Amino acid sequence: MTILRARGVVKSYGPTPALRGVTIDVAEGEILAVTGPSGCGKSTLLHCLAGILRPDAGEVSYGEHRLDTWSERMRARLRRTEFGVLFQFGQLVTELTAAENVALPLLLAGTGRREARTAAVGWLDRLGVADLADTRPGEMSGGQQQRCAVARALVTEPRVLFADEPTGALDSRTSEQLLGELVRVARDQRTTVLLVTHDVQVAAYADREVALRDGAVDASGLGLTAVQGRHGR
Amino acid sequence: MSTAHVLLGLLAGGPLHGYELKRAHDQRLPQAKPVAFGQVYATLGRLQRDGLVVTAGQAQEGGPERTAFQVTDAGRQRLDEWLAEIEPPAPFVSSTLFAKVAVAVLVDGAQRARDYLVAQRAAHMGRLRELTAIKTDPASPLGDVLAADFAILHLDADLQWVSNTLERVADLHREVQP
Ligand SMILES: Nc1ncnc2c1ncn2[C@@H]1O[C@H](COP(=O)(O)OP(=O)(O)O)[C@@H](O)[C@H]1O
Ligand SMILES: [Mg+2]
Repeated sequence: MTILRARGVVKSYGPTPALRGVTIDVAEGEILAVTGPSGCGKSTLLHCLAGILRPDAGEVSYGEHRLDTWSERMRARLRRTEFGVLFQFGQLVTELTAAENVALPLLLAGTGRREARTAAVGWLDRLGVADLADTRPGEMSGGQQQRCAVARALVTEPRVLFADEPTGALDSRTSEQLLGELVRVARDQRTTVLLVTHDVQVAAYADREVALRDGAVDASGLGLTAVQGRHGR
Repeated sequence: MSTAHVLLGLLAGGPLHGYELKRAHDQRLPQAKPVAFGQVYATLGRLQRDGLVVTAGQAQEGGPERTAFQVTDAGRQRLDEWLAEIEPPAPFVSSTLFAKVAVAVLVDGAQRARDYLVAQRAAHMGRLRELTAIKTDPASPLGDVLAADFAILHLDADLQWVSNTLERVADLHREVQP
């Protein structure tokens, strides 16, 4: 079943075209890599699919919902409840501890303090960093911070996780460990993942790959590799 | 890498005699080891025996008479099969990948090379995914993980070459155009 869909999505920043009519389908439960060289429009596509940006033209659907027709307020609510986002770095609030950071999305969604804290610590534990619950980001390594960020992105148990170069700032060994963990948890949770990366080694963690080039899905079929479905469900 | 297929590919452009064929090989495949003249003749002999090339009369350019060879229909068919075949995505196949791209461009133009590279890239990515699964499986013994790692790093290098070459195949075609 298709959970996310872009149909002829066009997006420019002023005179700079970023997407020139992108059409893709993301199946529920799949881990899809969006690849391509820097500047080809990967992040812009992720932002459009996540309802953060509104396309200039074309359609973006989440299930039955046409996100491109929704107001920012409705999209923001959807993002809080159904989506998780993970960026390269800088998403943790430096003044808060790990547990407070991870609890934040739950508090915003109206969960009580105590319950939110319990869930947050549970997620930190699942990512192997429970001992950092009362530590602030400034005292953590990059890998530890990203594990907290993963916990924060998943604490609301979103149906879709949007990850934009999530290991871009990590060394290769730390990156591998984080990706391994992320993929394992996503599969357990049946979370759909959109994994944006310019790195084929990162893309290899996904079930399938869509390559962008100059704001369009690469017409040569480059990267449109058959799904050797490990997500056979 | 199969020298026989590369020689067939070089002959697909028109009849050549043995020495011209050696020169064409060394010029078109500068990354490969120069092919020994004896190997060219031995290979031509096998190709002739298998009906993939035939002699195309004697060429005399002021020097001694030399036998030119040309590709038969069966030879052309064999060549097409080779170009359509995806290499097993293992490390260290890069010289074969390069030979195929060079021959594809020569025989059929840029699109043929691009089709091949796209299919080869898919095979490499598929293998990269399998190796990544081995690497991330907590049940995998460390020996397997390290072996997978070795292959992953080499496949990554091949994949980067494939991507770069896909971008530049048209230039390569222009360069080898007679
Ligand atoms: N906020 C912005 N303002 C102006 N141009 C932008 C902005 N964000 C991205 N771009 C441009 O849009 C194009 C696509 O960018 P992006 O989606 O970030 O690509 P990628 O994530 O693949 O590197 C690039 O040319 C980039 O310079
Ligand atoms: Mg980006």
